[in-house]
Amino acid sequence: MACTVAIALIIVTTTLIVARLLYVLHRTGKPLKPRSSKGSAPQQPLSTLIVLGSGGHTAEMINLLSVLQKDRFAPRFYIAAATDNMSLQKARLLEETSSSQFMQIYRSREVGQSYITSVWTTLIALAHGFWLVLRIRPQVILCNGPGTCVPLCVIAFLFKIVGIRWSSVFYVESIARVQRLSLSGLLLYKFHIADQFFVQWPQLQRKYPRAHYVGCLM
Amino acid sequence: MGDTEATVKSKKTVFVTVGTTSFDALIRAVDTQEVKAELLRRGYTQLLVQMGRGSYIPTKSEGGDETLAVDYFTFSSSIADHLRAASLVISHAGSGSIFETLRHGKPLIVVVNEDLMDNHQSELAEELADRKHLYYARTRTLHRVIADMNLDSLIPYHPGDATPVAKLINQFLGFADD
Repeated sequence: MACTVAIALIIVTTTLIVARLLYVLHRTGKPLKPRSSKGSAPQQPLSTLIVLGSGGHTAEMINLLSVLQKDRFAPRFYIAAATDNMSLQKARLLEETSSSQFMQIYRSREVGQSYITSVWTTLIALAHGFWLVLRIRPQVILCNGPGTCVPLCVIAFLFKIVGIRWSSVFYVESIARVQRLSLSGLLLYKFHIADQFFVQWPQLQRKYPRAHYVGCLM
Repeated sequence: MGDTEATVKSKKTVFVTVGTTSFDALIRAVDTQEVKAELLRRGYTQLLVQMGRGSYIPTKSEGGDETLAVDYFTFSSSIADHLRAASLVISHAGSGSIFETLRHGKPLIVVVNEDLMDNHQSELAEELADRKHLYYARTRTLHRVIADMNLDSLIPYHPGDATPVAKLINQFLGFADD
């Protein structure tokens, strides 16, 4: 008897989880409902997590941030790799408001690190990222390529499934990627984690039809 | 007075930059006789090397008749000033250095670091070379690229911007267009 109940429970729970997963996958990539506009109450801003990479990545992200309306994407949380001090400095120059926050995260993979040792470092980054995303609970995530963004986006996706927070993930593949996606980009594209996926070269859009071709950001 | 002016005017600097990377193979290549001779032949008088984290130190030279003046430094907060002062830039393939040079409208030869494990960097340099915004070289072919390049045939790069991305993001999130 107890056995049947246990099996029934397992079946029900699994079905619920699978149903929820399918729902989340179905909703991901679909635009949100129009936000209140025209005269009525002012549009509610969305809390935004911005994942910064190193060097060229940060320059591209700053170009994007400079054209986004600051009053719509607020408060803003910046995360950069713990080994990277330059990127947060550059972001600070961009921010006048004190409501923005700056944080650092352990890297899942350094440039040139082998894919095998990446597994271990990714686990550490995942635990740290879990803590950060839990604290921020962003509604919007903007990222453009550093390995740092993968664990953060995966955690945000889990939060969507569990129902802690619904977030929209926007991924801009780096301008340096002309023929092939980066590993980060490939993962977020293949597993449908990014709601919108942008590429800067037409060759990539032809290979990855769900991507949006947006021209060069630099 | 007129004399100094003439010397200043005839000064043509080649600026070599590797950003924050270590790229000894490039520094070694520009320090070879064949590359320096080719640069002299093309009318350049100074060679300024930003060597980053590399350990190979180029041979310093005061310059003068038939020799190139060579100087170097590791890092600088005023790379933009060096780019502005340069007549030709030889750079590693990092997108930051590439686009900063193109923004300054300087002729550029990009040399790809073949020692990097994940060598996606050549993609960008090759694409921009196909579009005639820059020249693309390997350390071994650098002297030949310098000999054969025709700077007048380069097409100025017009920087792009992020407004198309911002528009799509705003639409997706349900913000009204303005």
